[in-house]
Amino acid sequence: MPQVTFRISRGSTHQDSQFVDYQTDITEGMVVLDAVHQIQEESAPDLACRWNCKAGKCGSCSAEINGKPRLMCMTRMDTIPTDQPVTIEPMKAFPRIRDLVTDVSWNYEVKKRIKKFKPRKPDAPDGTWRMQQVDVDRVQEFRKCIECFLCQNVCHVLRDHHKHDEFSGPRHYVYTAALEMHPLDTEDRIKDVKDEQNIGYCNITKCCTKVCPEHITITDNAIIPLKERVGDEFYDPVRKLFRIFRPGK
Amino acid sequence: MSRTNISLPQRSFGETSRIDAWWSQPLIVFLGLLAFVVYSTWAAFQGAHYSFGAYLSPMYSPLFFEAYEHAATGHALFGDWPKWLPAAVIGIPLTPAFLILWAPGGFRFTCYYYRGAYYKAFWGDPSNCGVGEWRKGYRGERWFPLVFQNIHRYFLYFAILFIFVLTYDAFMAMWHAPDGMTYAQAKTDSVLNFGIKVGTLVLIINPILLGGYTFGCHSLRHLIGGFMDKFSGNSGRKKAYDCVSCLNRGHAKWAWASLIWVGFTDLYVRLCSMGVWTDWTIIG
Repeated sequence: MPQVTFRISRGSTHQDSQFVDYQTDITEGMVVLDAVHQIQEESAPDLACRWNCKAGKCGSCSAEINGKPRLMCMTRMDTIPTDQPVTIEPMKAFPRIRDLVTDVSWNYEVKKRIKKFKPRKPDAPDGTWRMQQVDVDRVQEFRKCIECFLCQNVCHVLRDHHKHDEFSGPRHYVYTAALEMHPLDTEDRIKDVKDEQNIGYCNITKCCTKVCPEHITITDNAIIPLKERVGDEFYDPVRKLFRIFRPGK
Repeated sequence: MSRTNISLPQRSFGETSRIDAWWSQPLIVFLGLLAFVVYSTWAAFQGAHYSFGAYLSPMYSPLFFEAYEHAATGHALFGDWPKWLPAAVIGIPLTPAFLILWAPGGFRFTCYYYRGAYYKAFWGDPSNCGVGEWRKGYRGERWFPLVFQNIHRYFLYFAILFIFVLTYDAFMAMWHAPDGMTYAQAKTDSVLNFGIKVGTLVLIINPILLGGYTFGCHSLRHLIGGFMDKFSGNSGRKKAYDCVSCLNRGHAKWAWASLIWVGFTDLYVRLCSMGVWTDWTIIG
């Protein structure tokens, strides 16, 4: 059984954190979260780490492994080099509570401010609606989101420029796109996408897409289509002209 | 959005815990784009060797006028360089390439793929995912001048026209002048002969790659159906949306392949015209 060194960031704030090295044995089939649990058991019982399902579905164990935002429970040890210390850090776009645990509550506050689903009148007398599968194919991709917030963490607008006051981030564009493209929805969120969520801050680096553990094509299927819808409404002079002559359309 | 109480440390330029060669991809993009910009600018300034027989360089197509004091090539739509157009502006030569290159150049500059690529490679905004930035302030694409990236769809309209023009050029590249005649003469006299040469294939591949790039554009994907919330009852539009989406999934690959091929096509025509390369005949 090879022994691997894990260099884990510890502390109560990002500013006052320090790396501490731990050695533990790695066996076949282990994931990084297993190693962290083993370290807790063997040498650091006070090491804080959030986890829940251990199956890549709860989105709790988000962290940065060798500098890359990933779910600890879905990162197999045989996919990362072990001949040098494996670095584990908490997400850097959110305040740290302790060790590997961060306070992601900002995301829930932002989500509350997005206009809710507002369906059209029911199609049938029993109060139900009828939809075709072809109409919901697009939004079903967005429903896969597990809210691990790795996309928020890697987005440089939040991570480096700390625009939490102005920018809602990729997770919330996915959420907005799921509502906005829904065939039953009648709400208009495009002005908010531009002025409140400030989608103009996104410069399409596709980092969010690269780190998504659910493989949601965030940039191409959610953010850019929303940018195009904003373009329709605010940056397309020909469409504006049409709207003058066809008001109400 | 309301104020939050989040305090995070400012990271320094290049700060990262990544252990992979994160710098290699932006470096390759930087060198690739820089090489193309330098070459295409140089080629645009030449105003010579932009055609060889039936071939016209894509960097000069459509050729509205022959270059200043250039002999007739048979490709110009409106003949010689007109008197009302200056041959140079404040000492910088004006060539036919400058009359058209703004359109494909603008299309690529405002392209969603290229934007992400050159923001990383040229502006370090960020250099790569999870790597600290050198700039402290950030305005994104919300303000002047980058808010103008939103005109991408207008460049798309021009880019689609160019696909038709370059397809016509590829078709015309199959019709060559008989020995002893210039292409311009043979075209005027309608005595062009069918033939497939290496250059013909080079010019045929060019609009195919450019088509793959242009018809996979994110803006086209939106305009052709992405703006709708319902596809049922409109199977034609759904099929068109699926086709564009299919090309869109490989947009970066199409972008690079078409960019490289445009440069190579110009180089091929140029070197044949200069007598450096021989244009081998395959059929005819």
